[in-house]
Amino acid sequence: MKIILDSNQIEQILGDLTSSIITDTPPDLDIAVIGIRSRGEILAERLSERLSKELGKDIPCGTLDITLYRDDLNSPSGNTQPHVRTTEIGFDIDDKIIILVDDVLYTGRSARAAMAALIDLGRPRAIKLAVLVDRVGREMPIHADYAGYKSDAAPGKLVQVNLVESDGKDEVVIE
Amino acid sequence: MALKRKSKQFKWHHKHLLGLRELSAEEITYILDTAKGFEQISTRSVKKAPPLRGKVVVNLFFEDSTRTRNSFSLAANRLSADIIEFTKKDSSVSKGETLLDTARNLEAMGIDIVVIRHGAGGAPRFLSRNINACVVNAGDGFCEHPTQGLLDTYTIRKIKGTLEGLKIAIVGDVAHSRVARSDMWAMTKLGAEVTFVGPPTLMPTEVSRLPVKVSYSLDEVIEKVDVINMLRIQFERLGGNPFPSIREYSHYFGLTVERMKKAKSDILVMHPGPINRGLEMESEVADGRNSVILEQVTNGLAVRMAVLFLVNQAAAQTK
Repeated sequence: MKIILDSNQIEQILGDLTSSIITDTPPDLDIAVIGIRSRGEILAERLSERLSKELGKDIPCGTLDITLYRDDLNSPSGNTQPHVRTTEIGFDIDDKIIILVDDVLYTGRSARAAMAALIDLGRPRAIKLAVLVDRVGREMPIHADYAGYKSDAAPGKLVQVNLVESDGKDEVVIE
Repeated sequence: MALKRKSKQFKWHHKHLLGLRELSAEEITYILDTAKGFEQISTRSVKKAPPLRGKVVVNLFFEDSTRTRNSFSLAANRLSADIIEFTKKDSSVSKGETLLDTARNLEAMGIDIVVIRHGAGGAPRFLSRNINACVVNAGDGFCEHPTQGLLDTYTIRKIKGTLEGLKIAIVGDVAHSRVARSDMWAMTKLGAEVTFVGPPTLMPTEVSRLPVKVSYSLDEVIEKVDVINMLRIQFERLGGNPFPSIREYSHYFGLTVERMKKAKSDILVMHPGPINRGLEMESEVADGRNSVILEQVTNGLAVRMAVLFLVNQAAAQTK
């Protein structure tokens, strides 16, 4: 097991992502942050806090459960079973710039599912993808608009993001 | 946000839902938790999600039903399944075809899930042993109506937070009620105390072996309970003369405005529908502030979506 990001580096990355998002987005447009369950949800909360502070206005934050939109629901994968949880987005996504947040971008399948799920909720002005770790191994034509750490971890490796809220401490490890 | 990556995750493995008697408290809780994730589909702009896309659900109803059949149809539609409606009246059953032949013929067309309601207890289980499709019991004889038991339990849990320690009365024609039995299994497994209330002639013969209390007096029970579920008098099933007159039944076992004055102020009033207004319940009570009858219908949809999703998942995993 190797630590590739410690808590200071994670903080640094979240700061950088926040600045890039602010630089990119015209001030007259509404931004909202939506995290993919489960680690993306925590990162989204942190990002929306930072954005709210920097922009001096309340940036809404929601949580998206993508289980029903996964592309592997009917292909028997054996050991893992999808658990349906709630989507909690307490605002209208129409015409907003949606910053979609996940911990790791790898195959791109979660991001695809998340976009399908979002479009069933309304019509955002744009969907931008922000991730903590951008890992090689894409299986879909998807890229991150805001990526923190770039990892070239080999396909068999597990890149695991641990966060204080769910795992006790902030770190990213390769197992 | 209690998620521990390393904790062993619960796994649902039932490709049929035949009854609640055979499920553990953990399994029942898992269905209710899953249903929570389906509630929002009905409130958003596109009221549809794709998990059963390309699957075929058959509503195989040998008894009349409006609510349950429509609820299952809509649940299947919301999950993007295709649905075949089969009712006894306009089918070859009226020409003498057996249940198994009917089901096998439907299966030959490539169906995935059979939702069955049948007058004979055990019909869904019989079917599950003889066909490959998933079987969901939508009511069999006087045995079980598992999705009603689940939606009743879901409704109570949603409002009260938990079933643990609640006192629940199920009142009326218990003998002919599969709802009462499914409610009893789900609610007692989740820690509630259930009392069957009704005249002795409408108590099931096996009641002493069931995990419930029995009372023949609604007046004695009403002030103590947190939830009261009023069953429908099933005139179509009543044989003999179980009570002297409808008026007398109403007088002793009807939920009247007068009787409600003795109840806890936050009592939940439930009814599986359709209501015989003025018989088991006065209109003012059915439409009153303690009534959650329409919430039950709304929640039924989420629960049935969860059930269809879960049985299909179990089938996919065992492929």
